[in-house]
Amino acid sequence: MFDNVWLIPLFPLIGFLINGFLGKKIKNEAIIGGIGTLAIFGSFLVSCGILIEMISRGPENRVFEKVLFPWIHAGNFKADMAFLLDPLSVVMIMVVTGVGSLIHLYSIGYMHGEEGFYRFFAYLNLFCMSMLLLVLGNNMLVMFIGWEGVGLCSYLLIGYYFHKKSAGDAAKKAFVMNRVGDFGFLVGLFTLYWWLGDNANVWTINFMEIKKAAHLLPYGGVVTVATLCFFVGATGKSAQIPLFTWLPDAMEGPTPVSALIHAATMVTAGVYMIGRMSFVFIKSPDTMMVIAVVGAATAIFAATIGTAQNDIKRVLAYSTVSQLGFMFLAMGTGAFAAGIFHLMTHAFFKACLFLGSGSVIHAMHYALHHAHSHDDAQDMRNMGGLRKSMPITFITFLVSTIAISGIPGFSGFFSKDEILWQAFSNPYHGGLNIVLWGIGAVAACFTAFYMFRLVFMTFYGESRINPKAKSHLHESPLVITIPLMVLGFLAAVGGYIGLPKLVGDLFGGIPNYFEQWLEPVFEQAQEYGHHYAQSGGHHNVALEWGLMGASVVIALVGITIAFTMYVKNTELPGKFTSTFPALHRAVYNKWYIDELYDFLFVNPCKAFGNFLWKGFDVLVVDGIVNGVAAVVKGWSSAFRYTETGYVHNYAFVMAAGTVAILGYYIFR
Amino acid sequence: MDYILSLITFIPLAGVLLLLVMPRNNAMLRGVALGVSLVTFIVSIGLICEFKTIADYQFVENIPWIKAGSFQMNYHVGIDGISLWLVILTTFIMPIAILSTWTAVEEKVKEYMICLLLLQVGMLGAFISLDLFLFYIFWELMLIPMYFIIGIWGGKNRVYAAVKFFIYTMVGSLLMLVAIMYVYFKAGAGDFDITRFYSIGLDPATQTWLFLAFALAFAIKVPMFPLHTWLPDAHTEAPTAGSVILAAVLLKMGTYGFVRFAIPLFPDATARFTPLIATLSVIGIVYASLVAMMQEDVKKLVAYSSVAHLGFVMIGVFALNQQGIAGGMLQMINHGISTGALFLIVGFIYERRHTRLITDFGGLSKQMPIFATIFMIVTFSSIGLPGTNGFVGEFLVLLGGFESKLRVWTIIASSGVILSAVYMLWMFQRVMFGELSNPKNQLLKDLNVREIVIMVPLIVMIFVMGIYPKPFIDRMIPSIDKLIIQAKKTQVAQLVVPASVIDNAAAVVASPSAEHAVPAAGTASPDMPDGHSILPAGHPAGESK
Repeated sequence: MFDNVWLIPLFPLIGFLINGFLGKKIKNEAIIGGIGTLAIFGSFLVSCGILIEMISRGPENRVFEKVLFPWIHAGNFKADMAFLLDPLSVVMIMVVTGVGSLIHLYSIGYMHGEEGFYRFFAYLNLFCMSMLLLVLGNNMLVMFIGWEGVGLCSYLLIGYYFHKKSAGDAAKKAFVMNRVGDFGFLVGLFTLYWWLGDNANVWTINFMEIKKAAHLLPYGGVVTVATLCFFVGATGKSAQIPLFTWLPDAMEGPTPVSALIHAATMVTAGVYMIGRMSFVFIKSPDTMMVIAVVGAATAIFAATIGTAQNDIKRVLAYSTVSQLGFMFLAMGTGAFAAGIFHLMTHAFFKACLFLGSGSVIHAMHYALHHAHSHDDAQDMRNMGGLRKSMPITFITFLVSTIAISGIPGFSGFFSKDEILWQAFSNPYHGGLNIVLWGIGAVAACFTAFYMFRLVFMTFYGESRINPKAKSHLHESPLVITIPLMVLGFLAAVGGYIGLPKLVGDLFGGIPNYFEQWLEPVFEQAQEYGHHYAQSGGHHNVALEWGLMGASVVIALVGITIAFTMYVKNTELPGKFTSTFPALHRAVYNKWYIDELYDFLFVNPCKAFGNFLWKGFDVLVVDGIVNGVAAVVKGWSSAFRYTETGYVHNYAFVMAAGTVAILGYYIFR
Repeated sequence: MDYILSLITFIPLAGVLLLLVMPRNNAMLRGVALGVSLVTFIVSIGLICEFKTIADYQFVENIPWIKAGSFQMNYHVGIDGISLWLVILTTFIMPIAILSTWTAVEEKVKEYMICLLLLQVGMLGAFISLDLFLFYIFWELMLIPMYFIIGIWGGKNRVYAAVKFFIYTMVGSLLMLVAIMYVYFKAGAGDFDITRFYSIGLDPATQTWLFLAFALAFAIKVPMFPLHTWLPDAHTEAPTAGSVILAAVLLKMGTYGFVRFAIPLFPDATARFTPLIATLSVIGIVYASLVAMMQEDVKKLVAYSSVAHLGFVMIGVFALNQQGIAGGMLQMINHGISTGALFLIVGFIYERRHTRLITDFGGLSKQMPIFATIFMIVTFSSIGLPGTNGFVGEFLVLLGGFESKLRVWTIIASSGVILSAVYMLWMFQRVMFGELSNPKNQLLKDLNVREIVIMVPLIVMIFVMGIYPKPFIDRMIPSIDKLIIQAKKTQVAQLVVPASVIDNAAAVVASPSAEHAVPAAGTASPDMPDGHSILPAGHPAGESK
C-alpha cells in the first residue's frame, strides 16, 4: 500500500485537469461535482489503506520514502520529486483527504447554480493536490511546491468572485503576505542547506537526512537564524502576528473555501512544518520562545477582535487565527504532539463551524433574495432565532461551539487543555511559563465568549430578519447537512484518541493513543530538548487536575457572560459600547492594524517607487543621457556655421591656422 | 550533420534572399517567413538530439576567412552546453514572433519580414561564434534590423526610442571592439579563437580595463542598472514581435557575453568586479521592481520586470558555482519564454483596444476567459511559482548566490520574490479582475485560434521546464564546470577559494597551459567560502595549502 502513495496527490490532479479543461463543456453540475468529490475521496481511501498498513507495522518500521522522479539536480544540490510517509504525514493526509472529501460534497450543494461551478471544483482539486504535496514531500523543496501551490489556490479561490474589487484585493493581499513568509522560508532553507553542507559536508534538503545529521547542528547560533526564517514562513501561511491580516479578508472567498483552506488545512501548514522539522527547531531555545510568545500573543489578540465582529464569517476567521495561535503556543513549548492534536480537532470543529455558517448564509441568502431584500446575509444582526428553522445546522453548530470552547467530553477540551498544561509545565521557558499559561487561559475565556455570542446572536432570541423573508427560511438539503453531521460527530468524539494520561488512568490506564502514535516522530526533538531543559517540569497530579478544573471554569465564565449579554439582557452590549466608545471602535476596527501596515509599508513603498521612476529614472538617468545628447547637438549646431561651403572662408581659416602654428614655433 | 550550425544560421538568410525577389503579396510573404523560421527550428531540434553531454565545443566548423599578414580571422563556430539552449531559444521564439505579426503589421510587410529574419541570422551567429571577430560582426549585425524594427514599425515615439537604443548599444560595441583589438595584439599573431585568448594570462591591471570595456557593452545589453533606461523606451515603442525578440533573445546577448567572454577572458578582473556587479544587479532587482509597480502602461511594467529578472541572472552567473550559473542560464531561457509570452499578451490586448494603459482595462476575465487563463499562467511563471519554469531558475540562482560569497546580496535579491508578486498581481488584478465597466471592453473578443496556437508552445514550455528541468540542466553542467575552472584561474587569489576546490585550482594554477584538464562533473565543487579561508592577496592559490 505504501508504494501507492503517489496516487494520493494524483487523483485530485486528474480531477483538476478534467474539470479545468472540460468542465465548461460538461456543464452538468452533478458530474462536475461528482468528479471533484470522487477524486479526493479516492485519495481518502488510499490514505485509509496506508493508515491501516502503518498501524499494522511496528513503530520502528513506519517511515517510508518513495522517489517519483529526479527534479532539480545541479552539482551537489539534489531535489527529487519524492514522498515521505511517517506517522505525522499520515495524520495530515487523513485530515486533508477526509475533511476535504466532506467539503467537496458540501460544495456540490452550496455552489449550486453559481457561474463557474466547474472552475470552483477545478481549483478545489488543485488545492488538495498542492496540500497533499506539502504534507507528503520528503524534502523541503517538494514541501515548498505545495507551500506555494496552496497559496496560489488560495489566491484563486479568494478571488473567485473576481468581479468584486474587495475579492481581488483580498486575494492579492493573501498572496503577497504569504510571499513575505515564503521569502523567510527560502532564506531558512538556504541557511540550513549551506551550513550543513559547508560545516558537516551533508548537502541535503531531505528531511530524513537532515534528521540524521541534526546532531551536528549547534544549539542556537545559525540554527536560530534558520529556524526564525522558517518561522517567518509559518507566520505568513498560518496567519500569525505580524502576517495575520490577510486571513480575515480571505473570507471574501466562498464559504467551503474558508472551511477547507482557511480553517482546516492550509493555514495549519506552518504548524505542520514546525512539527516536520521539530528536531531543528528545538535546537534553538530562542526560536522556541519566540514561537511560544507569538503564538500566545496571536491567540489573545485575535480573540479580542473576534468579540466585536458582526459578520459571522469574520468572527470565525479571527477565531481561526486565535486557535492557530494555540497551536503555535504548543509547538513553542515543545509539545509538538499536542499542537498536531489540536490541529486535527480544530480541523473537525472549525470546518463544521464554517460549513454551518455557510448553511446559515445559504438559507439567509435564499430567504432575503426571495423577499427582494438587500440586507447583508452574513451579518449576525440580521439573524436570530434560526434554531427553529434550521435544527440540524443548529445542533451541529452547537456541538462544535462546545468543542471549541473547551467543555469537558468534547474534542477541543482534550487538545486545548493539553496545550495549556504544557504551556504551564514545560521545562523550557522558566518564569515565562506562567505568563504563557495565563494568556492562553484568558484567550480561552474569550473564545468561549465570542463563540457563544455568535451562537446566541444567530440561533437564539427573536428573529431579526426582514419579516418578508422569514417564511422563506428553511434547513439546507442533505448534501449540505450530511457533512455537517459527520464533522459535528467528529468534533464531539474526535478527542478520545488523545486522552490525557490523567483521565486515561481513571479508566484503567487507557493510553494517549495520539501521542503514542507520534512519539517516534518527535522523539529526537524531545531528546535535544533535554539538553537545555531547566527542570523535569511540574509533574504534579493535583496541580494538573486543578488547572484542568480552572480551564473549565474559565470556559464557563465566558459562556455565562455571553449568555447574560446576548440572551438575558440584550441591551447590555449597547450600553457597553456607549460606555467605552473608543475601545469598541478600536476592537471593531481590528485595532487599526491594516491602517498601520498601509501607513508603514504600502504607502511608503508606492511613494518610493513613484519617486524612483519619475524622480530618478526619468529625471536623473534619462536627464544625463538626454543632456549628453543635447550638448553634442549644441556643439554640432555651433560648428555647423563653420561649414559654409565657401572656398574663401576655408582658405581664410587655413591661412589663419598656418599663421598661428608658425607664430607658435617662432615665438615660443 | 557536419554543417548543421551553419545550416541553422543561414536558412534565415536564404529566406531573406527569397523574400527579396518575391512579389508584394502579404499573405505569401508572411507564409514564407513563417515557413523559413519553422524549418530553422526543426533543423535546430537536431542539435538537441546529436548533442553529447560533454564540456567541449561541438558541431565545430573552422574555415579560414580573412587573412592579411599575421591577421587571421576564421569562420569558427561551435556550441557547448551553455550556448545550446540559447540557440534553441532563438529558433523557438522566432516562428512565434513571426506568427504574432500576422494582423499587427500591414505596412511594408516584406521589409518587416526581412528585418526579422536578418535579425535571426545575427542572433544565431553571435551565439555560435567561437571567433571573437566573427562574434563582433554578428553582434553588430543584430543591431541594424532591430533599429529598423523599432524605428519604422514602432509606436508614436519610435524614432527617439530607436536612436536611443542604437546609440546606447553602439557606445558599448565600440568599446568592446577596441578591447577585442587590444586582446588580439596582446595574444600575438594568430587567429581570433577565443580558447586561444583564454590562456594568454593578462596581468590584472590590463584585465581591469579590458573587462570594463567588455562589461560595459554587455551591461548595456542586459541591461544593468543604471544603463537600463533605453529598455523601457525601446520595448514600449517596438512592435510586438520586436519586443518579444528583444526580451527573449537580445537581452540574453548581454548575459551570454559575460558568461562566454568577460568572465573566462578576465578572471582576475571578474573577481575584482564581482561585488560591484552584484551590487548593481541587486539594486536593479529592487529598483526595477519598485518602478514596475508604479507603471501605468502594461508594456512598460513588463519592460521594467525584465530588468529585475535579468538582475537575478547576473547574480547567478557571478556566483560562479554550479547552482548559480545553471540557475542563471535557466533563468535566461525562462525569461525568454515568460517575458516573451507577456509581451505577446500585451500585444493581443493592444491590437484589440489600441491602448496599454492599465486604467483602460478591468474585468477582462469575464469577457475573455481563455485569455485570462493563459495570462494567469504566464503571470505566475513570471512570479516564479513552483511548478513553473520561473521557480527552478530563480531558486538555483538564489541557492548558488547564497553558497557563494554573495550571500548578503542574495538575501536582498530574494526580496525580489515578494516584489515580483506585488507588481505582477496588482497589474493582473487591475486588468483582469473587477467590474467590466468600460463599454469598449465589453465588446472584446477572446483569443482566436492563431493566438492560441502562438501561446500553447510557450505554456507547454513553462510547465515542462518547471516540472522536469533535468534534461536542460544536465546538458549544461559539464560546460559550466569548465567555465568555473577557467574563471578560477586567477593569478592573484582574490577569490575566496573553498577548501574542496583548492586541489583543482592548484593544479590549474601550477600548469596554466592545462586549460583542457577539466575534472569530471561533480568534482568541481561550487564556490563555498567561509570567513576564515580568505587567502591573502598576492599569494597564488596553490601556496595556501
